[in-house]
Amino acid sequence: MYKFKLALRYLLRRKISYFAIAAVALCVFVVFIVITIVAGITVNFKGKVYNSIGDCVIHTKSLVGFGHYEEFIEQLQNEPYVYAAAPLVKNYAMVSVDQETKEIAGIEPVSFSKVTGFADWIEYHKGDVGNVFQPTYDVNLPGCVPGIGCYFRRNEDGGYDTPEQLRQIALEFNCIPLNAKGAMSRLGAGDFSSKTFYYSDHFRAGYSLDWKRIFLPLEEAQLLCGMGGPDKRVTHIHIKFNEGIGLEEGTSKVKEIWGKYLEQKKGVINYKLLENVQVDSWKNFSKAVVAMAETQQTMIIICFFLIGIITAFIVLVVFYMVVSHKSKDIGILKSVGAGQVSILSLFLSFGFMIGVLGSAIGALIGWPFIVYINEIFDFFNIQLWDKRYSSILVVPNEIDPKVLSVIIISAIGACLLGALLPSWRAARMKCVDTLQVTQL
Amino acid sequence: MSDTNTILKAEGVFKSYRMGQSDVKVLKGANLSIEQGQFVGIIGASGSGKSTLLHILGALDRPDSGIVSYKERDLNRESTGRLNRFRNETIGFVFQFYHLLDELNVLENVLLPKMAGCSAFGWLVCRSAAKKRAKGLLEEFGLGERIGHKPYQLSGGERQRVAIARALMNEPEVLLADEPTGNLDSETGNGILEVLRRLHDTGQTVVMVTHDDKVAEWAGRVIKLVDGMVEEQAWT
Repeated sequence: MYKFKLALRYLLRRKISYFAIAAVALCVFVVFIVITIVAGITVNFKGKVYNSIGDCVIHTKSLVGFGHYEEFIEQLQNEPYVYAAAPLVKNYAMVSVDQETKEIAGIEPVSFSKVTGFADWIEYHKGDVGNVFQPTYDVNLPGCVPGIGCYFRRNEDGGYDTPEQLRQIALEFNCIPLNAKGAMSRLGAGDFSSKTFYYSDHFRAGYSLDWKRIFLPLEEAQLLCGMGGPDKRVTHIHIKFNEGIGLEEGTSKVKEIWGKYLEQKKGVINYKLLENVQVDSWKNFSKAVVAMAETQQTMIIICFFLIGIITAFIVLVVFYMVVSHKSKDIGILKSVGAGQVSILSLFLSFGFMIGVLGSAIGALIGWPFIVYINEIFDFFNIQLWDKRYSSILVVPNEIDPKVLSVIIISAIGACLLGALLPSWRAARMKCVDTLQVTQL
Repeated sequence: MSDTNTILKAEGVFKSYRMGQSDVKVLKGANLSIEQGQFVGIIGASGSGKSTLLHILGALDRPDSGIVSYKERDLNRESTGRLNRFRNETIGFVFQFYHLLDELNVLENVLLPKMAGCSAFGWLVCRSAAKKRAKGLLEEFGLGERIGHKPYQLSGGERQRVAIARALMNEPEVLLADEPTGNLDSETGNGILEVLRRLHDTGQTVVMVTHDDKVAEWAGRVIKLVDGMVEEQAWT
């Protein structure tokens, strides 16, 4: 009982304890803010990537694509764990916007919207995604849906000054069509297949797709890329699983039926192209992109883990000082019969209190700070990055109670760790030495 | 007195301290036995080893060699845990510089031995009885009005009375006082000695270390330590 009482009094009476509490609070505050923001950015980014892919992708790295996809999609749609499947043709084209090479993606808008968030990304055809390739100013013109950043420039707030009503904008596409063997399907002066499409809508996926991708109707994209004709080809099939189906579980099932499909199709025309096809979960598929964000997150967590070590060291120093100043008390306690364990637990209780108080203060200050972080930055007119070039427009501020709990528990653990060595030293002090009874 | 009344005994106790490169021999085969209910004064010049002997008798320190026994129980053979319990239950210490905990008030200081000897649950059970005893002791020593005060708010004499009350909290068999008046003026010191004598009159065994012959006269039996050995025993 006296241990708790004494630990509390040490905490309240020793000014140096306040410095230890402040160090812990500051550490928890900073780690809480940074981890929340970094985790928010990563989660947000992964969410956007997932939203543009679906759960699983059947894909080939070859620009030639693979055939016999319609039959397989039909088969997939009969599988109980599949919610939807959508074909996609991905290729590159010179487009008459800044004369840049853009990624073109041919899709069937309805099926693609079932697998991805495409229906939510568009602006002028909300609720009418089936007609997204029909320009509102002339429904008979062939439409295309560029990422919003392909045509419009961003303002300083990171927004786009888009018109309320689209005006007619013609975009010319020049693409090199490849036949099933990978050779150019046309030779001579007309090597390129060219077609003009009209701006029918734009999309906003919230990341780099917005600057580099233009959606086209599937058939048109296939014709442009040389994938049309009787043996139509695509480069990807995007799949979304029904709710409750695990990512790995669903992906391995798709792999299984794809394997069987390959067996069935042995000997068909362009079978070789089917052999290059891979089945991946969205995580594996986007590993290169997502891993970068995750690596950054891990590196930042490691950096802040070092801050935790510094906090533990501060607590250790503070405790060494407290133990040195309180050696007489230790002697008194031992003279009335307190044992080593009692002394150890007294100082560990003290460390625990510093940890609890410090992390509580850090969390209590950090919580409103993170909730209103965007408002605070706006109020002080602080712009952390140039929003014209970033897909992050607001600082992520979603608090994850689990993350906060881990930070608090780690801070308390660091305090206990920092207090352990001085407490052990205190517990082992010799009574006669601590009472300074050196008079013989 | 018969040997059955011996409560504390030191036989051939040696103790030395390391000071820099050399060992300083403090006790050189000290022999001493203390009977139950005695008021013993240990006197000696500075460096004669009287405080060291007191600490060894109270199990605050261990001898290099020799036997220290309490009621024929060899304390050298006891584990640290049992010695802690021995100090908590059997011995009460009073120090020259009072050694009260500044963070605790007077009542809490007096309760300290009880709290140190109890588990958290045990303390809940015995708390009210302990408080009653602590308050009773403080009343007895004229400190009833000071229970909420902090040690630094008390005079030297009051602090020493609090220290005596703390030493008596667990009703120890032996009260060991190390220069209890060494830090007090003579009038206040006499007040403390009165308290010790009163305790002795009630049957309490008291062992007091002092360098002052006049103070030692308050004891019923005076032991002189010279050069680490018990040289003379005088009965008054």
